[in-house]
This record gives sequence, structure tokens and C-alpha cells, in this order.
Amino acid sequence: MNLRKYLVLVAVMFFGAIGDILLARGMKDLGPVHLNHPLSLIAALANPWVFAGILCLIGFFGSYMTALSWADLTYVLPATAFSYVLLALLSKYFLHENISAFRWAGILLISCGVGWVTRGPELTRHPEKAGAVASGKIHATGDTA
Amino acid sequence: MKSVHVWAAVAVIVVASSIGEVLLSSAMKRIGDLGLLRASKGIFAVLAAVFSERLFLPGVAFMGIGFFSLLTALSWGDASLVAPASASLTLVLNAVLAKFFLHEAVDHRRWISALLVGVGVVLVAR
Repeated sequence: MNLRKYLVLVAVMFFGAIGDILLARGMKDLGPVHLNHPLSLIAALANPWVFAGILCLIGFFGSYMTALSWADLTYVLPATAFSYVLLALLSKYFLHENISAFRWAGILLISCGVGWVTRGPELTRHPEKAGAVASGKIHATGDTA
Repeated sequence: MKSVHVWAAVAVIVVASSIGEVLLSSAMKRIGDLGLLRASKGIFAVLAAVFSERLFLPGVAFMGIGFFSLLTALSWGDASLVAPASASLTLVLNAVLAKFFLHEAVDHRRWISALLVGVGVVLVAR
């Protein structure tokens, strides 16, 4: 793992959390969507909050795909779950929601899980396939297994 | 009866998004480090590589099924159950699928992390 890779993981967390907050804020303006009127979802795009949220989620998807290109799924998923913590903190400070004792406990557990997984190797090496996978790019990073 | 519907929706969300994640992870591993590819050949080479990878669009399709099932389930009004339950079960199912289909080394460290985060998500979303 190097600085560039940690920045990609941070981008996954921030784009994911901020995108969700923006979408939630926008959908509050629109009210409930009925499944028998799916076209009303297209009208939602005109809402600036929803539009900004979708831009963030495109950023999320790009950085998420980048992370998956050099790290295992079972490394990326827990590592980026820190966005749930960001979501809770953002809703406390920007939406002025209360954080209960349960939420603080959950934040603590997620933080432990994230800290625990990111201290391990990010990629499983498959020696028999190493030549075929990305023509050796995995090894070019110089990270330890 | 309603709870049967909700749990059926959670099952669809968890299975569809886990299959989507595994397909996308597999697709990206076959391409290799996107950051290095972008640095050497530019962003359009990255987009071309991603969209021509045959597992990419099926992966996106499964993620889409998961996403719209989530929207449907949320519209039934049990957000406090559906969102955390599906997020944390997806984490655990992903660990199982990644072990058997992606042959990832899911060791104690990763199992414990997935379980800690899964339980944490349920608590945060209460």
C-alpha cells in the first residue's frame, strides 16, 4: 500500500458518504416515489441535490473500481465501510441528528474492523497466475504480501 | 406476511449485490491496476479497458438489480431494518463468495473485520 492507494480508499469513503447525504437531502424535497410511476425518478434528476449526489456517486464508482483493480474485495469492502462512520458524523454535524450510545458503539466496531483489515495484506497472490494478471503489474507495486 | 416480503427483498438485495461485487472485482483484477494504466495510457484507455471487459456489464447489471430492490424495499417503510440488514449480510456473503470464487485469502483477520463491520453497521443504522 502506498499513499496513492490510501487516497483512492479515502475517495471511496468520502464520495460514497457525501453522495448518499446529497441524495437523501434531495429526495426529501421530492417526497415518496411510487413504483407505478417510475418516470418520476427521471424528474428527480432536475433537483440540484440529487444531481450533485449522482455526480458524487459516479466519483464513488470510479474510485471503487480503481480500488478493486489492485486490492481484494474482502479488503476493499471493510476498509471503505468507514463511510458509514462518516455518514453518522455528517448527519450529526450537518443534519443535527443525535448520535445514540448504540451508534457510538457501532462507530467503534466499524473503526476496529477497518483498522484491523488495513493492517493486513491488500491482495492475495496467485503465483500460478501472476504472469497473466495485468502482466506482472501487481508485483511492480513492490508491496509486501 | 409483510415481514416475509421484507426478508425476501433483503435476500434479493444481498444475493444480487454480492454477485455484482464479485463479478466487478473479478473484472477489475483481470484488467490490473487502473491507476497505472491511466498514468501510462490515459483515461480513455482505462474506460475502453473497463467497458470491453466481459464481466463488467453483467456485474453492473447485478448491482443495478440490488440497488432497485433496495429502493423497492425502502419504499415499504422499514428502512431501519432493510438498509443495515442488507449492508451487513452483503459483507458476510461477499467474504464467503470471495473465498470460493475469487480464491481470496480470507484469513481470520478478514473474517473478524467483516463481522466487526457488519455488527457495527447494524448498530450505526439503529
